[in-house]
Amino acid sequence: MSDIPKWAQEDFWRKMAIWVTAGMFVILIVLTFDSVAVITAGSDRVPAYNVINNRIYYRMDRERAIQAPVIGDEAPLFGKMLSEEEAQAMVSHGKLTVQAKNCMNCHTLLGNGAYYAPDLTKAWLDPAWGNEAIRERMMVEFLMDPNTNARGYGTGRKMPNLDITEEEAKAVVAFLKWMSAIDTTGFPAAFPSIAQEGDL
Amino acid sequence: MSAITVGEFNTAQLSGGQKLALKYFFVAIVLFAAQCLFGLLAGLQYVMPEFGYEWLDFSVNRMVHINAMVVWMLYGFIGSVYWLVEEEAGTELVGLTIANVAFWVLTLAVTIVVLVYLFVQTGPGEIETIWFINEGREYIEAPRWADIGIVICVGVFFYNVAGTFTKGKWSGISGVLVLDLVALAGMYLAGMFYTSNISMDQFWWWWVIHLWVEATWEVLVGCIMAWGLIKTLGASRKIVTTWLYIEVALMFGSGILGLGHHYFWIGTPEYWLSIGGFFSALEPIPLVAMVVHAVYDSGVHKFKNGNHPALAWLIAHAFGNFFGAGVWGFMHTLPQINLYTHGTQWTSSHGHLAFFGAYATIIIAVIYIALQKARGNVFMGAGLANSWRWKWSLVLLNVGVVGMTMALLIAGYEQSFVERALEGSSWSGYFAAQRTHWFLQGMYWREVWGVVTMAGLVLLIWDLLTIGAGETRSAPELIEEPAAA
Repeated sequence: MSDIPKWAQEDFWRKMAIWVTAGMFVILIVLTFDSVAVITAGSDRVPAYNVINNRIYYRMDRERAIQAPVIGDEAPLFGKMLSEEEAQAMVSHGKLTVQAKNCMNCHTLLGNGAYYAPDLTKAWLDPAWGNEAIRERMMVEFLMDPNTNARGYGTGRKMPNLDITEEEAKAVVAFLKWMSAIDTTGFPAAFPSIAQEGDL
Repeated sequence: MSAITVGEFNTAQLSGGQKLALKYFFVAIVLFAAQCLFGLLAGLQYVMPEFGYEWLDFSVNRMVHINAMVVWMLYGFIGSVYWLVEEEAGTELVGLTIANVAFWVLTLAVTIVVLVYLFVQTGPGEIETIWFINEGREYIEAPRWADIGIVICVGVFFYNVAGTFTKGKWSGISGVLVLDLVALAGMYLAGMFYTSNISMDQFWWWWVIHLWVEATWEVLVGCIMAWGLIKTLGASRKIVTTWLYIEVALMFGSGILGLGHHYFWIGTPEYWLSIGGFFSALEPIPLVAMVVHAVYDSGVHKFKNGNHPALAWLIAHAFGNFFGAGVWGFMHTLPQINLYTHGTQWTSSHGHLAFFGAYATIIIAVIYIALQKARGNVFMGAGLANSWRWKWSLVLLNVGVVGMTMALLIAGYEQSFVERALEGSSWSGYFAAQRTHWFLQGMYWREVWGVVTMAGLVLLIWDLLTIGAGETRSAPELIEEPAAA
């Protein structure tokens, strides 16, 4: 139709749809290559799995104006230093357990999941575990027997017993410790960490 | 062929693809009911936490709630496409037998998955659990064996659709539809692997969730909307096709990089704050275009149409999509606010209105279009007997979902302030927020509005089973408007 301006014609918009989609997809692919490299374990933002051998802090970074993880001195999980392979196996077992027990349909991880129970992103650093000397033991005991160790803070909500074995519980703790060392660009904000040796 | 009696439900007058579509719609509605039922149970646990403890836990109810939703919507989409494909292509469905087999295989797989969710629930922390019980990743919990089955069935679906258009004729709508289905099926593969790295896991998980819900599903409903406006109003094909291209350009132009708003806090680089914030802020624009398009076309036809319930649900879709996906998404999409709202009831407020407004509505519209034909092209206009049923189900469903959305939004505001801003997301901060009366009132009201939604659904099912029964008038002929005035 010659009386329809070019910008309102079907043909013009068909071409726009194709070019815009293709262009955006190409940009996404380029950014994906970059992002995947940045989030591969062992990078600055997503640490190697053997970070669980160290103390992890979540401190204010004045320059970035957000809190960020800081890797401290040695503090082996359950008193045992692990190689990168051993650490990865343990964290992986923990993550498999987190998936197999469907944790994400009550909790959030990195803020994603369900909202019936607390976020687990910085669970390793939560002040609720009292102090760092008893934290590991308390976490394992809680995971294995959440009925007895329930802490609903007056909401009446309790985690169900999910038949988590001791080995699985320890692996989940390893996974949580490793996850707390991921640089999440300041999420969660203003988080009050548990007191740890070396705190400023 | 048996004689067609107007008002009588008779599948003999339907094509193979249309009969298959009705089967998909039937299962879709069953799963819709399951979604609402398990949503009510999960909602109840916020106000009665002891309910279902250790036999039907919140995690199980919530998993069935969201999975039933995803699957019923996929069934609704597949059914819609099977319904329109033959007419749009001008030929019979290619591969009808295998299409029917795929329906039964998929339905059997869905049944087994749901039974395992309900009765096995969880497994040991081993890879076998991921393969056979539950993958434990929100929305795509289906175990790996089912993933593979889904991919095969979707492959069959794609073969049917692309094959039928190739044998018959292509149109603007079918071209967009088929290319969109390629993307939709391809995205699912991004969710089918295990990694110990949670950042990597969530990076690709969002390729499935976001690029489905905020890109390919939106374009798919754009195609259905274009076809639906031709069907209900007799809108000009040239005009709706042009609108469809505009929507695709705007939708993919904003939605593909809008993916970045899920990459703020999962370990991904900080450039996503700017890219995700900017492009996701543009995401409402195509939804505005869809409202303008639907309302304009309806206005041009002075709302004269051949199927009142279908057009009403199409209009509900246009507004629901804009408010639920567009406005509610925009409200918390910028990283400066999302830092405090991410992972709170704010998100579930958005989720409820967006999924209902964008997707449930349009599938219901297509089901009404299908039922009209299944009853011998029966009259579905003003003065239809028992029309109060479709009107009241429309009202109750929409008011119920909007009510839930508002209740959850208030709970979300409160959670963001108390848990996030004041207490910094510690566990005690989380529970402090959950205990406040604002939050609890939100949860009570959500349950009340959930019951209203359920009442609307019951009425909807009654109406779908009976609408047009006993009516002897035929639907009026629609004359397609000329392309340009």
